[in-house]
Amino acid sequence: MEFEAKVSQLVEHLFREETGKIISALTGSFGLRNLELIEDAVQEALLKALRLWSYGNIPPNPAAWLMLVAKNHALDHLRRDTRWREKEEQIALEQAHSTSTEAQLIFSEDEIKDDQLRMMFATCHPALARESQVALTLKLLCGFSMEEIAHAFLTKTETIAKRLTRARDRLKTNAVPFEIPSGPDLTPRLDAVLDALYLLFNEGYNASQGDDLIRRDLCDEAIRLTSLLAEHPAGDTPRTHALLALVLLQAARFSARINFDGEILLLQDQDRAAWDQKMIARGLIHLERAAAGEKISQFHLQAGIAACHCVAQTYDATDWKKILQLYDMLLQIDDSPVIALNRAVALGRVKGPDSCLAALERIEDQKRLSNYHLFHAVRGECYLQTGRIAEAANDFRCALSLTSIPAEQNFLQKKLREIAT
Amino acid sequence: MTNTSTKTFMYLLRGGISETKLSPEQMQKMVEKYMNYIQDLRDKGHFIAGEPLEETGKILSGERGRKVTDGPFTESKEAVGGYFVIRAKDLAEAVELSRACPILANGGEIEVRPIQKIPGM
Repeated sequence: MEFEAKVSQLVEHLFREETGKIISALTGSFGLRNLELIEDAVQEALLKALRLWSYGNIPPNPAAWLMLVAKNHALDHLRRDTRWREKEEQIALEQAHSTSTEAQLIFSEDEIKDDQLRMMFATCHPALARESQVALTLKLLCGFSMEEIAHAFLTKTETIAKRLTRARDRLKTNAVPFEIPSGPDLTPRLDAVLDALYLLFNEGYNASQGDDLIRRDLCDEAIRLTSLLAEHPAGDTPRTHALLALVLLQAARFSARINFDGEILLLQDQDRAAWDQKMIARGLIHLERAAAGEKISQFHLQAGIAACHCVAQTYDATDWKKILQLYDMLLQIDDSPVIALNRAVALGRVKGPDSCLAALERIEDQKRLSNYHLFHAVRGECYLQTGRIAEAANDFRCALSLTSIPAEQNFLQKKLREIAT
Repeated sequence: MTNTSTKTFMYLLRGGISETKLSPEQMQKMVEKYMNYIQDLRDKGHFIAGEPLEETGKILSGERGRKVTDGPFTESKEAVGGYFVIRAKDLAEAVELSRACPILANGGEIEVRPIQKIPGM
């Protein structure tokens, strides 16, 4: 093979994605009880690749090579491990042996997909705390290191290490099965997976600080795993498609937005040409498929709102009436103050700034919003539009003191300068 | 691709990749750095060969190899992990070309040795 061709074999994030696939596939063979051993084997395989490939010899199928080497490392470890003599594992070992030595044929693409789904249901098992679910998903399915997870969550590596150890213990003590649930179990378990993936996406999308690149990676991983679910019969439900639509429609505007979670505030300033139209098209397809069900979930409504923004040719062409309607429905499911705030903004677009101000006053949980910079930014904007300059300046200053995001600080400082002149 | 240099050199690479805490993403980035380095040597016609060495082997000494020991141990920084053979016009250029090798940034070292030409052959 030509050298150039070999380089191109290393698709972006190959190591990271293969890590998730290999850990899942090997767990399918050797069981969750051998998880640490499997993780070590995969790490060894990657290091071996690093050592060998650095001299310019990348095998024709790098992914299959990694899978084969990792499997052999895992088998070596199991043989050394006294526990492997237990019958069950001996059978697994023999089965693993009987498979073809051809790397490509160890696991089929479908098997690997199924194993990743089994892994998702395990890492998002209700026996684990929500934050552990997300950390474990990132570690086992997305190939993130502890340092990278800590970086993404703006926390210490030791915290993540403890969280992961606890989560792995939980898997064992609760004898969590490595399987795709069926029957009446499926819906609640699937919901748990979707909720964790939603959280994973939001970690990336809404983080108030931190490295943009790694946050984008979190969003991409959430999209990848949700897509995997949506493609599988067990996960192919309206709610899954709604979540997939939501994450796609949000991520499509990732690089164009200046502000996090406050896209309504700064939406008018976004360059709509920078929105990813392919992603938007994909999102809309899944939104359509999400409509097949009878239940309307939060994901449906949020995706619907995102879709309204995505299809508007210009800011002025935005269908605020529909957005307001969707927020009203969303509030009935989740009366969080942040949603109430966003609803007030939509109301302001439909009925004017006075209505928005009145709605803001009515937000019962206002106290919880007093430290939320966007609350002050929104109210300041309303005051500005109704000519109450002093109150507007007050709110913008308050918002400025509450945000640490440079883009938002710049925006608010600009507002304050405009008021002063 | 044509390079008129006739002198050949061997880079002996030692140490470097012993870091086991690297994340998959970081490892891939590192492989890519090496690939780019090799690609650059190829583009300029310097590259002849490069191969990693197995981690362990045997060390023989004494008459007819009476003494055989295991080794080297990769943990030791002195162990050669692999080699490159390159073409350059003189030692100075060979040294210069080695500077971009990513192993140096990873704490490893490169021994640049001219491959000796035997006169008259």
